[in-house]
Amino acid sequence: MNLILDGIAWILDPANQTGPGGWFARLGEQLAYTFGAVAIAAIIAIPLGYLVGHTGRGRDVAVSLSGGFRALPSLGVLILLGLGLGIGFRAPLITFVILAIPPILAGAYAGFEAVDRKTIDAARAVGMTEGQIVRQVEVPLGLPLLIGGIRSGVLQVVATATLAAYVSGGALGAFIFEGVATRNYSETLGASILVTLLALILEGVFALIQKLVVPRGVVAREIKEVRTVSSRPRAAVGSPIQEGK
Amino acid sequence: MIEFRSVTKQFPDGTVAVKEFDLVIPPRKTTVLVGSSGCGKTTLLRMINRMIDPTSGHILIDGEDTAALAPVKLRRRIGYVMQNSGLLPHRKVIDNVATVPVLNGVPKKEARAHALELLDTVGLDRSLADKYPRQLSGGQQQRVGVARGLAADPNILLMDEPFGAVDPIVRAELQQETIRLQQGLGKTVVFVTHDIDEAFLLGHQVVILQKGGHIAQVGTPAEILANPADDFVASFVGADKGKRVLRIEKVGGRDVVVDENGTPTGVLQP
Ligand SMILES: Nc1ncnc2c1ncn2[C@@H]1O[C@H](COP(=O)(O)OP(=O)(O)OP(=O)(O)O)[C@@H](O)[C@H]1O
Ligand SMILES: [Mg+2]
Repeated sequence: MNLILDGIAWILDPANQTGPGGWFARLGEQLAYTFGAVAIAAIIAIPLGYLVGHTGRGRDVAVSLSGGFRALPSLGVLILLGLGLGIGFRAPLITFVILAIPPILAGAYAGFEAVDRKTIDAARAVGMTEGQIVRQVEVPLGLPLLIGGIRSGVLQVVATATLAAYVSGGALGAFIFEGVATRNYSETLGASILVTLLALILEGVFALIQKLVVPRGVVAREIKEVRTVSSRPRAAVGSPIQEGK
Repeated sequence: MIEFRSVTKQFPDGTVAVKEFDLVIPPRKTTVLVGSSGCGKTTLLRMINRMIDPTSGHILIDGEDTAALAPVKLRRRIGYVMQNSGLLPHRKVIDNVATVPVLNGVPKKEARAHALELLDTVGLDRSLADKYPRQLSGGQQQRVGVARGLAADPNILLMDEPFGAVDPIVRAELQQETIRLQQGLGKTVVFVTHDIDEAFLLGHQVVILQKGGHIAQVGTPAEILANPADDFVASFVGADKGKRVLRIEKVGGRDVVVDENGTPTGVLQP
């Protein structure tokens, strides 16, 4: 209990707050890593996921790719990249991008796959082009699952961004490592509390966004972990619905 | 007029759904394709708007080979109504109805105003315009589906078992509505069902199909009833079991028409 109070005291001490080494700045770095990495991962993973989800092709590649990426230990990747790229923000950023890609990719294609095939078939039958089907049907209806994927990406990165300090990449991990090295445990704990709070706040924000993006008219389903396994059987050869693209 | 000329469809898995199919569908009339499950009705219907392309043969609309037409443009000028209504769940009723005109570049406001009128046409209250499909009953959703099919004022309306999933009373209502609309608007309707009673009720021309899109008989309901082409047709329309056979019984000097169960159905006018 005392330790936690010490940690809070450390957070509240103005001396630890401002300046380039203060926790305001470090928190900013933590957020910059998180949103930077998630943004880059989204730019890569969303179009890819949409392509897979719309065409149904390359699904196996996408699944094994994201499975493979998931299996990579972040610390190992970080140190390896750090050895290659040197200290600074680049190695951590790339590591976090790799971390964020699998959930976003899965969210993007699972969102598309969750759309009722009959709805898509009907959209095509009344004369929507493939692009219109994507933009006007699949994207809006798949949005809740995509946001779910981004949410897990953000949460994974915001926690893992602490590791950036391993290669002198800054962020809140800097205090944790410094505190451990100098046996200043209130510093370590204070920074840990900040990371935890940050994760909780982001979790809350995304839970809210996820509720808001459920298209009106569609029953909000409880969205848990984004699936990596298809929710519905996919015909091996074109079902009637696939015809006439 | 829609013409099938020796149309064959073989799916990639080898299934021959339709083989050497020939048929002329007259304009401004209702043609019903009827047959049991898997006989190729949907396949035939979807070849008209190129949702499915034939393996060989030609389909002509007013003399124009559909193979030469761009599928998307073709579909926008053919209404399509399907069993589950196929409405977009995230769009309001009014926007679902306005879908095709908006795709065709009609300004949204104008398309919506027209969509409101179409709700009247299909017998829906305008207060439903701002609801989402999920908030409607199955019968209401089907009506919205029909309104959407009519929105771009197509000459041709394709209907694939549109009333298969609604209860008998609502179905009867929707059938009457379809007859009224077809007559009022003069559309060429191609209607798919496996219900022979529905086929006889709606069809000016009824096409009885067997597996592989083989035509067992084409004709008006009266022609088919009067002269079933073969045992299959006779049993399909129920003529073999005495169904649809009416008798006349003299009651108090008048001719009372009695159905196969002996239930009086009406009185013959002298
Ligand atoms: N995409 C496809 N791939 C392979 N076979 C198919 C495909 N679509 C339809 N078939 C087959 O073609 C045949 C005709 O199918 P179709 O859907 O036209 O039948 P239908 O008369 O509409 O039946 P139902 O009354 O059950 O709707 C069936 O044997 C069906 O299994
Ligand atoms: Mg069918």
